[in-house]
Amino acid sequence: MSGAAQSDGATLTKTKDVAPGEVLLKVTGLQKHFPIRKGLLQRQAGAVRAVDGLDFEVRSGETLGVVGESGCGKSTMGRLITRLLEPTAGTVEFEGRDITHLGVSAMRPLRRDVQMIFQDPYSSLNPRHTIGTIVGAPFKLQGVTPEGGVKKEVQRLLSVVGLNPEHYNRYPHEFSGGQRQRIGIARALALNPKLVVADEPVSALDVSIQAQVVNLLDDLQEELGLTYVIIAHDLSVVRHVSDRIAVMYLGKIVELADRDSLYKAPMHPYTKALMSAVPIPDPRRRTAKSERILLKGDVPSPIAPPSGCRFHTRCWKATETCRTTEPPLLELKPGQRVACHHPENFEDQAPQDTVLLTAAKEAAELVADEVLAESAETSAALAAETSGTEPEETAEPVTKKAETAPEPEPEPDEPDDK
Amino acid sequence: MLAYLIRRLLAVVIMVLVVLLATFTVFYMLPKWAGQDIAVLFAGKATGAEQVEGIRTKLGLDEPLLVQFWEFVKAIPMGRTFANGDDVTECPAPCFGYSFVTEEPVWDTLKDALPVTLALAAGACVLWLAAGVATGVVSALKRGSVWDRGAMIAALGGVSLPIFFTGMVAMGIFVHSLGWVHIEDSLSTDDSIGVWFETLLLPWIVLALLNAAMYARLTRATMLDVLGEDYIRTARAKGLGERVVITRHALRSAMTPILTVFGLDIGVLLGGAVLTESTFNLPGLGLAAVQAINSKDLPVILGVTLFAALAIAVANLVVDLLYAVIDPRVRLG
Amino acid sequence: MTELSKTGAAVGEPVAASPAPTAFLEVRDLRVHFPTDDGLVKSVDGLSFSLEKGKTLGIVGESGSGKSVTSLGIMGLHTAGQYGRRKAQISGEIWLDGTELLSADPDHVRRLRGREMAMIFQDPLSALHPYYTIGQQIVEAYRTHHDVDKKTAKRRAVEMLDRVGIPQPDKRVDSYPHEFSGGMRQRAMIAMSLVNNPELLIADEPTTALDVTVQAQILDLIRDLQKEFGSAVIVITHDLGVVAELSDDILVMYGGRCVERGPAEEVFYEPRHPYTWGLLGSMPRLDRDQQERLIPVKGSPPSLINVPSGCAFNPRCPYADVPKDNITRTVRPELTEVGSRHWAACHMTQEQRERIWTEEIAPKL
Repeated sequence: MSGAAQSDGATLTKTKDVAPGEVLLKVTGLQKHFPIRKGLLQRQAGAVRAVDGLDFEVRSGETLGVVGESGCGKSTMGRLITRLLEPTAGTVEFEGRDITHLGVSAMRPLRRDVQMIFQDPYSSLNPRHTIGTIVGAPFKLQGVTPEGGVKKEVQRLLSVVGLNPEHYNRYPHEFSGGQRQRIGIARALALNPKLVVADEPVSALDVSIQAQVVNLLDDLQEELGLTYVIIAHDLSVVRHVSDRIAVMYLGKIVELADRDSLYKAPMHPYTKALMSAVPIPDPRRRTAKSERILLKGDVPSPIAPPSGCRFHTRCWKATETCRTTEPPLLELKPGQRVACHHPENFEDQAPQDTVLLTAAKEAAELVADEVLAESAETSAALAAETSGTEPEETAEPVTKKAETAPEPEPEPDEPDDK
Repeated sequence: MLAYLIRRLLAVVIMVLVVLLATFTVFYMLPKWAGQDIAVLFAGKATGAEQVEGIRTKLGLDEPLLVQFWEFVKAIPMGRTFANGDDVTECPAPCFGYSFVTEEPVWDTLKDALPVTLALAAGACVLWLAAGVATGVVSALKRGSVWDRGAMIAALGGVSLPIFFTGMVAMGIFVHSLGWVHIEDSLSTDDSIGVWFETLLLPWIVLALLNAAMYARLTRATMLDVLGEDYIRTARAKGLGERVVITRHALRSAMTPILTVFGLDIGVLLGGAVLTESTFNLPGLGLAAVQAINSKDLPVILGVTLFAALAIAVANLVVDLLYAVIDPRVRLG
Repeated sequence: MTELSKTGAAVGEPVAASPAPTAFLEVRDLRVHFPTDDGLVKSVDGLSFSLEKGKTLGIVGESGSGKSVTSLGIMGLHTAGQYGRRKAQISGEIWLDGTELLSADPDHVRRLRGREMAMIFQDPLSALHPYYTIGQQIVEAYRTHHDVDKKTAKRRAVEMLDRVGIPQPDKRVDSYPHEFSGGMRQRAMIAMSLVNNPELLIADEPTTALDVTVQAQILDLIRDLQKEFGSAVIVITHDLGVVAELSDDILVMYGGRCVERGPAEEVFYEPRHPYTWGLLGSMPRLDRDQQERLIPVKGSPPSLINVPSGCAFNPRCPYADVPKDNITRTVRPELTEVGSRHWAACHMTQEQRERIWTEEIAPKL
């Protein structure tokens, strides 16, 4: 791969650069509601609350991973921060400038700095254009002529992403899926962007090709100092590429933390369940099924999200507070923000509220007993340690469940980091 | 489901109003803007100035446009009384106007022509649906075979050949040369079913040929799409026989686009198959329209136009309702 | 009328009268070729394996490796959806419970479909007919093979829906597929495939279209049902995690052929084919510490029209240059036994591969 990626081919004038580590993108109270029209007069009968109040920031040079299941609003979020969609409420600030309501022409210079990579390398490239035209299109749209001409610059970009520059005149159908995704990446890089938002960049690709593209994104970040927001449903991929990770559920961020904190000690029950649901490519771990948390049912509809904590209908720890009060996204540990009344691996936020909801009791039946016992212990211990409140009180309902478990199989394997 | 039904009905009502407005504009307003005297146009041939004035009053052409439009619309469900002093003409509902050439309400003309058009349309559409869909299905199943190619070439021919050509040829052969079929010069409701059948047989076939060709092509294309669907594979994986897979699973899905086109075709046909009726001299709506044009009988032209537009609107409504029957997803939409 | 389930002309050697196998399912030298304008697509090109009742075989491979075509071939559905002169060509032997399917009467095979062998597809939304209720579709599957009235069949459908964990099955039986969520649809699909108690269940990417938490539920369900019904299961997937969760044996496919086959533990812990190494190295893993870098396989999967002569993986193999004893590149490596019930097809010697795996690959995973 060409190492000369950083060559100053493009004569793009940059305004002020944000130093690495400083906030590049800041999102406050971001909302997007898609109206649903119904009935005779097509009146608005409700809204799909795809994104419903997000607060986060992306620091220059980092990769923020966004994970969640379908319907959690992660793709909508990606389209909002790249301003492909107009937010219903909230603000998006890029390099300190509010870009929430910029018009098309005011957005144009910003489009250089913020680029997007799409999931499907088959439908996101126009089949009638050569890849030279496709990758060179951003120059035309922005009216920029790179030094040495568009063709030379496009060929340089192609070699940067690991394609043969001589394939300049070929059409997308002549390339494989992985190569097409590379073309998409080359197009996104054309104008030397600061922020690249990638929506499921590898999920349409085969396993062996996935790794190529993941590595390419890694290399490009290192060479070009890019900032990424990578949206994906695959937790292993997200963990691999991200520095910080936001977990979304029904339009909200339930947990936002550094990668290692999140994967070693997830605090939101949903994060924990999500991670434990990933099938582990290790046949020996199959016997250790007791680590798995099975969630009940499907994700509820974002049209009528559950009251209070949106996860309470599927959570095995849900109490009355969860049903009535929405937990705020709080920084409970340095670098780990969680929106939960009864977080895992941490002191209970609502210790007085101990009666489990019926739904929680049903949900708990699907959760392996050891997980319950373990989580009860850790939160009890942590609670005792950090605040000195009565640990028994918090832990009671959960441990009881663990005790009455029919077969507490002895589990020899150490519960390593899930 | 109810909301869907009401929404479709409303859409049809709006469509009908638009049609009325458009017809009214074409027949009443455009001539006026072009500087022509509508009363003269409506009077038909050979009328004196006095008569024209009489017609103007009788038709209410001296009223403001808005009032004229209202009267025009109201007449269809309520009927209308045309009056010029003592000269009173009752036009009972549904009143599509009053012809000064025949001195009859337009509806009477339409009413006489309608059975022929209906019979022609009904027979032809049964024929072309059966032939077209069957050909299309077999072609899809034997894609690339001699049968498929032959059928598609024939279909292309069918689509390309104009009806006055095929009609003339058919008449020449079967009526005049071979004498297998005897065609009556006119049809009335008093004639026996046998006479109707014999007279309409050739028009049916000729008209069906044209449409069957199109339906065969459409059916073939949609069938090929549907047969590639995952749920067809599932049906086979269940161990269903090929016949059940084709009829119960594939054909049902393929019917949706066919139905759409069918609804439109039927609507158009109900407004009169002008070419077929003229070729075979069948006294249907199409022929009535042609005759009205020849005799410059504007009210009749207007009546036929209006009726044809309404027929299409109603046919569309029926298609929409059938959609809901076929596709459960529509019921919720 | 064309009989569509009839197989096309046989390719390769005419099937010799080989003795019936003892295994419940045995596939011998299966080849499925599709003639196209560009040439003959050899989707499956000489595949053999066997499977016992109560066991699960995981077939792993990337798109175009022939894994799905294999399953369709077993079901006799490889020609389904193909019309016209160019029929798929299939050869080899498929023995299901003592019956050879490729030479059997197509109508007999049809009657086995859905009763003895059933299939679950990847996308339950497109695999269920949008115009019929879930109940109607299950009833149809049941009544095709059982001479019962509609009421009995519907009772059976409700029972099955209940078994796969659909709440209020007596109400949901009258729902249409689009009224179900993705997970529920796949449950309904499973209910439909199991309604006749098939002995062989083929699941083609059963969880690929589902969310992670729902995938966990479905995998759990498949495992439970297998225990209950004791059927033989073939799981086809690209996800090594899913295979590891379900399979007793694993078969790795590449370019229409099997490159490695063996017990799950062996294939994961002692893989003996560079492509299997590549798959393991390509995949970020949650159960390990953060890898610095993934180890991808270079290049792209081969075209199945011009499969490289010799080893199909050769152009992408990082060890293609490892000196091999008296082997020509143009010769296809055959599957050789590398462990107990464990085969791999590679020109490198056992020792070479063992060394590369333990010294170079395993430490990086």
